[in-house]
This record gives sequence, structure tokens and C-alpha cells, in this order.
Amino acid sequence: MSINKILRNIYFPVSFILLSGCDTVVMSPSGDIAAQQANLLVWATGLMLIIVVPVIFFILLFAWRYRAGNKEAIYEPDWDHSTSLELLIWAAPLAIVIALGALTWVSTHKLDPYRPLDRIAENRPIPEGVETLVVEVVAMDWKWLFFYPEYGIAVVNQLAAPVDRPIKFKITSTTMMNSFFIPALAGQIYAMGGMETKLHAVINEAGNYDGFSANYSGKGFNGMRFKFIGMPEDSFDEWLVKVKTDGKTLSRSVYKELAKPSEYNPVQYYSAVEPELYESILNRCVEPGTPCMKDWMTHHKGDHSTSAGAIIEGKTSHDH
Amino acid sequence: MIEQFDLSKLVFGRLTWDAIPLHDPILVATFALVMIGGGTLVTALTYYKVWGYLWREWITSIDHKRIGVMYMILGFVMLMRGFSDAILMRVHQAFAFGDSAGFLPPDHYDQIFTAHGVIMIFFVAMPFVVGLMNYIVPLQIGARDVAFPFLNNLSFWMTAAGAGLVMVSLFIGQFAKTGWLAYPPLSGILQSPGVGVDYYIWALQIAGVGTLLSGINLMVTIVKMRAPGMNMMKMPVFVWTSLCANVLIVAAFPVLTAVMGMLTLDRYLDMNFFTNDLGGNAMMYVNLIWIWGHPEVYILILPLFGVFSEIVATYSRKRLFGYSSMIYATVVITVLAYMVWLHHFFTMGSGATVNSFFGIATMIISIPTGAKLFNWLFTMYRGRIQFDVPMLWTIGFMITFIIGGMTGVLLAVPPVDFVLHNSLFLIAHFHNVIIGGVVFGTFAAVTYWYPKVTGYRLDPFWGKASFWCWFTGFYLAFMPLYLLGFMGVTRRMSYFDDPSLQIWFQVALCGALLIALGILCFIIQLYVSYKNRDALSDKTGDPWNGRTLEWSTSSPPPQYNFAFTPRVYDIDAWWHMKANGFVRPTDGFMPIHMPKNTAAGIVLAVISGVFGFAMIWHMWLVAGLAFVALLAAIIIHTFNYNREYYIPVEEVEKAETKFLEKQVDLADTRFAANKTEVIV
Repeated sequence: MSINKILRNIYFPVSFILLSGCDTVVMSPSGDIAAQQANLLVWATGLMLIIVVPVIFFILLFAWRYRAGNKEAIYEPDWDHSTSLELLIWAAPLAIVIALGALTWVSTHKLDPYRPLDRIAENRPIPEGVETLVVEVVAMDWKWLFFYPEYGIAVVNQLAAPVDRPIKFKITSTTMMNSFFIPALAGQIYAMGGMETKLHAVINEAGNYDGFSANYSGKGFNGMRFKFIGMPEDSFDEWLVKVKTDGKTLSRSVYKELAKPSEYNPVQYYSAVEPELYESILNRCVEPGTPCMKDWMTHHKGDHSTSAGAIIEGKTSHDH
Repeated sequence: MIEQFDLSKLVFGRLTWDAIPLHDPILVATFALVMIGGGTLVTALTYYKVWGYLWREWITSIDHKRIGVMYMILGFVMLMRGFSDAILMRVHQAFAFGDSAGFLPPDHYDQIFTAHGVIMIFFVAMPFVVGLMNYIVPLQIGARDVAFPFLNNLSFWMTAAGAGLVMVSLFIGQFAKTGWLAYPPLSGILQSPGVGVDYYIWALQIAGVGTLLSGINLMVTIVKMRAPGMNMMKMPVFVWTSLCANVLIVAAFPVLTAVMGMLTLDRYLDMNFFTNDLGGNAMMYVNLIWIWGHPEVYILILPLFGVFSEIVATYSRKRLFGYSSMIYATVVITVLAYMVWLHHFFTMGSGATVNSFFGIATMIISIPTGAKLFNWLFTMYRGRIQFDVPMLWTIGFMITFIIGGMTGVLLAVPPVDFVLHNSLFLIAHFHNVIIGGVVFGTFAAVTYWYPKVTGYRLDPFWGKASFWCWFTGFYLAFMPLYLLGFMGVTRRMSYFDDPSLQIWFQVALCGALLIALGILCFIIQLYVSYKNRDALSDKTGDPWNGRTLEWSTSSPPPQYNFAFTPRVYDIDAWWHMKANGFVRPTDGFMPIHMPKNTAAGIVLAVISGVFGFAMIWHMWLVAGLAFVALLAAIIIHTFNYNREYYIPVEEVEKAETKFLEKQVDLADTRFAANKTEVIV
């Protein structure tokens, strides 16, 4: 086989894999946060390849050149130390790690899911007067419930948001630990019972995207999928109207029925929501008579001003 | 409880005939196969009257070499089980598209991925690593056994008892359906009321006792029992990496025991450590289990790093490059192993500063690891590399591991982890390092030390066939998983909507089948080598022209390892002895003081297994009796004063003379060859 042919044989599968890799939802997403994350991924890989490619090359080269059959090659059986080489051996990875560490420090802070957005895309600051859309997310057994507190509605297994409007997700869970993940929009974050995590993101292109739980949560986990619909402002308004007209009321009793384990739930609209329902799910006091976590936790602390979510958050993170 | 006093409940707990999974044809077939296979084996053993031999020479043996071999056999048997699970999953996922839901019901599929992880880590990788350390470490430091020979036997049987419980779960009741780390609240009593998680807990607790004891044992052995002259900086690299791995075991496994204990209290006594309510917090479990779990991966890989160091030096016929930087790198990895556990859950919502800290700490580990790779590279530099099978595995490892390391560092960047966490990218990453590191390393080590253990080398042809199947099979099986991770495919899915993914799962299946072929080649290799054992025999005790002390003994080594404790002057002690014209002594032998075999290990392990089984099924009476029996057996064993004996001089003399006679004509030629080599 000629070198050309070998190269071609390697080139095609490799480029095929690379191309299919570039075309994936993680590598070419539709939301600014996910796009920055993909960008970071490329940079970090590139930095590491600086060292990985030569090392693989030298492994193969040395293996070939110093094969026992090659008596031409120099043989130094007792050579086992070289200060300058040692220096290089430790310094080269260190240099890469310093660069990567700096990149990590900055990007981790900049792409912290708790940090409110300061732009909707590259070179596009948030337009004047655009309010952040707040969505309260509840991972249930085994479906997703989304509250839109601003509009007083709730939806099961469907999430809609206007294009280019910053979204703030507040995320909790009823029982199991799940992970709230829309790859086209932004990275994932855990949904945990009695705790609240946050995620800020924005979608830049209209479309139908997959959302799901990225953390195995038992029997019905496989069906814990929903469509995230990015839509233009006016379509979003129409969607709101549709939810308002088609939906039922999400009262405590309806919620209790919904909370029972079920799989592959169809999309369901709720035109009205009992007040404070999300708060009481978060604080584990939907059942009348159960004490809310924020109350008894603050009772122990003797401080009545913080909510349970804030306490947990204060433990693991910091508010921006 | 008292008013519902019911004897059968106390004896049988929740165990009923329904617990036998007769409804699942796969399990029934497996059971039939196991019964037929096991029955044949038992009949054969009885027919050839080997039970007595097995009991005297193996089961009750406290010889570190025998125990090491038993660990390896356990690891290999469990590899068969764990790999069957892998094939089942691959086949299932390759066809669970569109109208087909795949051939495994979700209930069974969820058990399989849990069992696969648990078995591969606890009952395949751990026995392999502990077995290697058991066999090689005492030989490399010039010791006659480990520091606590009885504990060593007990450790092995406790590990085997844990493995046994996992196997029992296949046919009586169910295994956990929680994923291999059994995160609550899913593993809590409300969400997983069955016996699955209890099997998990008790299997790990019992095996964990074995691992912890073995860790203490080997640590003490290395610290206290080195041959004179072997100071810390003259220890072979494998001994160093073993020492660090055992330090990690001793520091990490109690955390696992504690966290399992708390989960047990949650499940059995309605406590609320990890529940959602009453102040419990599941994330405490996640933190604690990874404080054990991250060091665990270094427990697995460090000894294999040592193996590769031995092999690279031996087959490059050259001193290891940068011994001291190798040691510092190992120690740095050991320390850092404790400081990175949070990178397993950046997505928990810790703040950016916490995440950055753990991310950067993780990257820092790649510096000493990179240094190790460079050291192997420069050991090859200006060497005379012989591409024997162990060296093939080593080069395969170096290339594969560096890719796995790169994807690992990628996952250590928190914002990148947010998009790849829990995806098949992650699965590809850790199989990349565990197969590329631990499995390749184990095969390298087995091939390398096989002649030492059995007295004959392994057939190289089938070894090479096995290597190439594994190597290409690995890439075929896991590269598509990296890609699927980019497509946003999550782990542990039992069904897929998107038909465009299917092709990649089918490629991965081909890879898994190729790996199966690799395992088959290995089995054929064992058989062929046994058939040709005369042609492949190693009479010298040093078939590869080795560098460390184990090669100074006969193959297989005598029970007492060394008739005279060697004196060490160099890192490559045996190489140094050979270069200085070492002559094997022919007289002046002394009786050798050795520990005696004991049945206490297996007795204690069997009772522990029964206790675990009773706890799993809530058989309180049986559990109580087993616990009392366990205490009684321990106390009775303490009254056993008949624990040691002397190997008489004549026997030592006979064994040593036999070895000398075998190699007498070989020796001259080899040492002569060696000397010219050194001069060149």
C-alpha cells in the first residue's frame, strides 16, 4: 500500500468522525451559553493537542527507531537521567495546565449557571427593556413541570421561550435527583429535592430542541424528555394564549394527582396555578399540615428572613 | 413486631419463592448454564479427587503467591460475568430503536448496567490489582510472605464472599437498579424498597473489609519487610506504586464503609442521612462516595503504572528513565487524588470558585501523569526494544491512555463538563482510561509474570492476537461513544427515538464483539500454552532478563521465596547482582520459619456471607445467629497457637539444588551474554 493510500484510508474515517462531531448538537448549538461552552471545548482540546500529538508521535517513532532489530540505533543501557529533559518533562505539561487553568478560571466564572446574562450573543448586549423570563422547573417522577410565574401558567413536558430573551431557570425536584439539560440551549444542572439550583440561558434561533433528564432517576427515566421550543416573540404570545385557553387549573389536588409516578406523559397545559405552589414543592410542604422546610430550618437557625432554597444555595454557592 | 411474632418470618424474612426470577428466560437460561457448568466442575473435581488438594494447598493457603493467583482467578471469572453484562447492554442498545424496545425489559436492563459497573470495579479490577500486588510485592522486596499472612487469606475470602453475594442476586431476588454508585434518593427505601440495593450494600461492605485489611497488610509489608539495603529510594517502581495505592486504600475505604453504613441506617432504621426530608441531604452521599470513589480510580491505576514501568525498562533493556521523578510523580498523584472528588458533580450547582478549584486541581494531576508518560517514553529512547506481548500492551496503553487523559482534562473544565456530564462521552472517557490503563496493564502484567507463576511462558501468537483484538475492539467500541456524547446522548438509556444514532451503537457493538474475541484469544492462549508447557518452560527463573528480585527466584518460586534474604545495592537489584557475577549459594541453608495454613479465613468469610444474605432478606434470626457465630469464630481463632512451623534444611536444600541443576547449563551462556551486553 502506498503512503498516499494509507493516508487516504486514515483521512476519510477520521475526517468523517470529525465532521459528524462538528455537526452535533453539543458542538453547534443554538443558544449563546452552549455556543460559548462548545467554543471553550475546542480551545481546551486544541491546547492539549499541543502536547498530546507530539507525544503520540514520539511513542511511535521511538518504538520504531529503537526496536531491537535496528542495530544502527544508539543503545545506552545505563542512561537514566537528564536534568534538562526532566525539566522539560515537568515544565511542558505545567505550561499547558497554567494556560488551561487560566482559561478554566475565567470561563467557569463567566459561564457560571447562576450568573445572570450580560449579552444575548456575541457582540449583542441585552436590548433595553427586555425582561428576563423566569421559569420554575420541577423534575417529577417521571416528567417535567414548568411554571411561568410571570404569566401564571404551567406546562408539563413542554417548554417554550422567545428567541433572544434571557431566561432564568429555577430548578428543583420532587423526589429523585435529575439533571435538567437542553443541549442546544446551555449546559445541564442537577434538579434535587428540597434544593434549588439556577441556570441562566438564552436561545438565539427558533426551533424545536430536545430537553431531557441527564441523570438516571429510576424506572421512567428514559421517558423524561420534552421539547424545548424557541419561538419568535409573537409566536410565544400566541403560545401563551393557547395555554391560557386550553389549560386546566393546577390546584393542589390536581398537582397531587400529577405527582404520582407516571411515564411518557403527554404535554399538558395549565392556565392557572395555585399561588405559591412552586415554593411549597421546593420546601416540601404541598401536603397541607406538613411544615415547610424554610420554616423549620429557619426556626433552628433563629433567622426568619431566609428561605430554604437560599440556605442550601448559600451552602453550595453564592448569589450574584 | 412482637405481636406479629412469626417464626417463618424470622427465619426466611422476605424471601419467598417469588424471589426466584422464573419469569425471565435470560436468567433461567443463565441459571441452567451455571448449574450445568458448576455441576460438571464439582463432579470433575470429585472424580479426580482434588478437593483435598484444593483445600490444603489453595483454599486454606496463606502463601501470598497462592492467594495472589486466587485473586487473579476471581477477577477473571468475574470479568466473564461483567463482560456478559456489557455485551447484553451493547446488543440491547444497538437495537432499541423505533418499533423495537430492545430485548431487555427496562427492569432487567437497569440491573445490568448497575451490576456491570459494580462488578467491573469491585470484583474485576480490584481483585486483579490486589492479586498482582499480593504476588509480586513480597518477591520484589525480598520477603518470604506478607506481614500478616492469615489476614491476607481472610481478605481474599471476604472479597470472594462479596462477589458471591452479587452472583446470588442474579438468581435470588434482584440486584440494584440504581447505577453503580447507588445515589440516593433513588437508592433510599422509598424509591428502592426491594432487595437490590441491600445486595449492593452488603456485597460492598463485606468485600470492603477484605480490601481494607489487604491494604493495611501490604502497606505494612512494604514499610517493614524490605530486604536489607533496599531503602525507600531503592524500591522497585511497582513496589512504590503499590505502596501509594495501599495508602489510598487505607485512607479511602473507611469512607465507603461509613457512607454504606449511613445508607444502611437510612434503609433499615428509617434514619434520614440522605433522604429529602427531615434535614437529610442526598448530596452528602454524593460527596462522600466520591471522596472514596476518586481515590479508588487511582488505587486501580497506580499499581498498573508500576507494572508498565517494570515492563518498559525490561523490554527496552535499559534502566528506567527518571526513577526519582517517577516516584515523586506517584506521590503527588496520591496526594492530589484526595483533592479532586468534586469534579464528578460540577453540575450540583457549587459556585464558580469551588468548581474552578476542583477543575484546576484535576488538571494539575495531569502534570505528574504526563511526567510518567514522558519517563516511559525516554526509557524507550536509546533502548533495544523487544516487542514481546507485554511491551505491545504497554505501547497500546501509552497511546490509549493519553487520549483518555485528554478527554478527562476536558471534562475537568466545568463549563465543558456541563455539556458532557453523564453523557456517553463520559462513559467513553472512563472506559478509555480503565480499559486502556487497568485492563491493558493487567494483561501486560499477566503475560509478563506468567512464567514466574507457572514455570512456563504464554504462547506469544495468541497473546498478540488477543492484544490486537482488544486494541482495535476498544477503539471501535468507544470512539462512537465519544461522538454520541457530542450528540447529547445520555448514559443509562434503554430506548432511543432518534434513528440516526443507531449506526453508531451498532459500530460500538462490533467493537464489543471484537473485545469478546480478544478474551477468547486469551483463553485459547492459556490452553495452548498449557499444552506446550514443556516447550515454553522457563528453567532459568529469569526468562526476560529481568531487573528486579522476583526474577532471582526459580519459576515458580519456592514456598519460602528466598533461601537467603538478598542484599540490595541498586534499584534494579537483580540486574546489579547479575552484572556483578552473582553466584547462587549451594550450602549453608537454614531451616525457614513459615506461617501455617488455616481454615479460619474461609470460615469467617462464609459466615459473613451468610450474615450479609440474612440482612438482605431481613432474616433476623439467621442474621443474629450468623453474627454470634462470626464473633465466636474470631474468638476461637485467637486461641489457635499452632500457627507456624519450620521448613527443614533438607527440604530447602533439595529445592535449591533442583533449581540450580535446572539452570546450570543455561546460566553460563546467559551471564556471558550479559557481560558482553554491558560492555557494549
